[in-house]
Amino acid sequence: MSILVFAEHDNSTLKADTLKTVAAAQAIGGDIHLLVAGSNCQAVAQEAAKTNGVSKVLVADNAAYEYQLAENISLLVTELAGDYDHILATALTTGKNFMPRVAALLDVAQISDIIAVESADTFVRPIYAGNAIATVQSLDSKKVITVRPTGFDAVAADGSAEIVSLDTVTDAGISAHVSDQLSESERPELGAADVVISGGRGMQNGDNFKLLEGIADKLGAAIGASRAAVDAGFVPNDMQVGQTGKIVAPDLYIAVGISGAIQHLAGMKDSKIIVAINKDAEAPIFQVADYGIVGDLFDVLPELEAKL
Amino acid sequence: MKVLVPIKRVIDYNVKVRVKADHSNVDLANVKMAINPFCEIAVEEAVRLKEAGIATEVITVSIGDKSCQEQLRTALALGADRAIQIETDENLDALNIAKLLQKIVEQEQPQLVILGKQSIDSDNNQTGQMLAALTGMPQGTFASEVKVEGDKVNVTREVDSGLQTVALNLPAIVTTDLRLNEPRYAKLPNIMKAKRKPLVVMPAADFGIDLRPRSTLLKVTPPAERQAGIIVDSVDTLIEKLKNEAKVIS
Ligand SMILES: Cc1cc2nc3c(=O)[nH]c(=O)nc-3n(C[C@H](O)[C@H](O)[C@H](O)COP(=O)(O)OP(=O)(O)OC[C@H]3O[C@@H](n4cnc5c(N)ncnc54)[C@H](O)[C@@H]3O)c2cc1C
Ligand SMILES: Cc1cc2nc3c(=O)[nH]c(=O)nc-3n(C[C@H](O)[C@H](O)[C@H](O)COP(=O)(O)OP(=O)(O)OC[C@H]3O[C@@H](n4cnc5c(N)ncnc54)[C@H](O)[C@@H]3O)c2cc1C
Repeated sequence: MSILVFAEHDNSTLKADTLKTVAAAQAIGGDIHLLVAGSNCQAVAQEAAKTNGVSKVLVADNAAYEYQLAENISLLVTELAGDYDHILATALTTGKNFMPRVAALLDVAQISDIIAVESADTFVRPIYAGNAIATVQSLDSKKVITVRPTGFDAVAADGSAEIVSLDTVTDAGISAHVSDQLSESERPELGAADVVISGGRGMQNGDNFKLLEGIADKLGAAIGASRAAVDAGFVPNDMQVGQTGKIVAPDLYIAVGISGAIQHLAGMKDSKIIVAINKDAEAPIFQVADYGIVGDLFDVLPELEAKL
Repeated sequence: MKVLVPIKRVIDYNVKVRVKADHSNVDLANVKMAINPFCEIAVEEAVRLKEAGIATEVITVSIGDKSCQEQLRTALALGADRAIQIETDENLDALNIAKLLQKIVEQEQPQLVILGKQSIDSDNNQTGQMLAALTGMPQGTFASEVKVEGDKVNVTREVDSGLQTVALNLPAIVTTDLRLNEPRYAKLPNIMKAKRKPLVVMPAADFGIDLRPRSTLLKVTPPAERQAGIIVDSVDTLIEKLKNEAKVIS
């Protein structure tokens, strides 16, 4: 069997989650190739070539792929698909955007967000905000799959794959990139951090998120938020943890002023240790927390920062 | 221009679903159902485009059994002009849903199709992108802003690293994210009026498409439950526990 894995990157570095998607490919079993599609992305290809278990890195380096527009990337992947039994991408916003397009062009279903591999055609995925776990067998000859990174442990970066340049250019010509408004942060990425501290509506405003920053600095943590905090404009959208935001499973997750709605829990309940700080002893977040503090966050946070 | 809004009937978002004892599926008997929240945002966006004089007609469509007419009526009460139910008792997967929607797109020739980014039951996040591929249209997924300008639509998308804006040739597909708008509540007179708006039913079988299932659901199990832990009485105890018991900080 042969498997094509789409590499997540920003044209300069490979996203660590790609190594988890390769782990899913290894669980399926077969010859694994990585596709690096971007513009001026040779450094990514070099990095990708070190991924353990990968025999070949295909590089499509062209301006048409710079912003990984779904219209163009899906044509490229569909063109390559003939050689593969499985096509995998990470269930992040890039993969979620273009992969169903690939599936439809190939006339196959997509299995979204798998967290485990049972066999080459049977996969496990959460449904209903993680309140049920479905085991699904694909009946299609080609499997198009997105992989939830929290389900798999990253493979090592100690390999040496062959790098092959592709010269096909697929430009659908129906969409264009206009602009980006990227969130800059010195902190680790939410998906990659060992510690995440998140604030909810209880934070009251964006300025108060500074109370989380001092603690995050001491713990090397990423900062997240509930939907309510994002909707209220306290923090940007890319900080939302949950069913319809980012899924995280760090060693330590600290929920501050978050009630614990099922949609929020869906994004963090696989964390190893959960700490909740909430003034309402009845808040549902305490039902999943290993350690809880019932108290006012405006008292607890400064004390925690001082004592860490 | 016409705007088409496909909507899905799903479990109400406040309900925590239970798995059936025989692990064949989830138990939806007597569970409160509603319009998928992302679809509600899609309807709202289409209605706002009409109110702004950009859209001329808002058509909503749902694929499902008779019960999804309830959600179609809700969409009509929120301001859609007419509704189509594609009737089927099957639980069709996203590819087949997209194939049926493609037929409606061919019939109605909308300039914009607005869908939810994901349904909160299957959490698939596929249908809009698949419909875009089948119709050859560009797609603006996870939209937090939609601006129609001439023969193009600019869509600002919520992506992992922040926001990205793309320009798409019309006709185009948009899928909604949470920040696109805040849907209105249907007012009683509009709920009454919605009862008289046109709703046509078309059997899925009449479209002559191969709708065979592409996957088999082998089982559905409950997730591993977390046990509630302890309430600690002070920040000092918390730090001590995190260091010595959980060993997650040093
Ligand atoms: C389609 C859909 C998708 C959704 N997706 C997501 C998602 O991905 N992620 C997500 O998070 N939500 C999501 N939600 C929203 C979710 O249902 C909840 O509304 C949301 O998580 C609530 O956020 P919160 O806990 O911050 O706010 P609230 O529920 O208002 O809770 C605030 C908490 O702060 C506590 N508090 C207040 N002041 C203090 C203080 N001074 N000290 C200590 N504690 C204090 C209160 O006791 C309360 O428990 C979604 C909803 C829908 C319908
Ligand atoms: C527990 C469970 C078991 C299932 N088992 C099977 C199975 O064994 N076989 C099988 O084939 N399917 C099965 N399904 C159905 C399938 O997963 C979905 O219902 C189907 O894929 C339809 O869309 P989606 O939820 O994937 O849409 P998504 O791509 O998540 O939804 C995005 C948007 O697409 C539009 N949309 C989606 N569905 C419709 C619709 N019906 N009508 C109009 N617009 C729509 C809406 O705008 C929606 O916001 C099952 C679903 C569940 C929850």
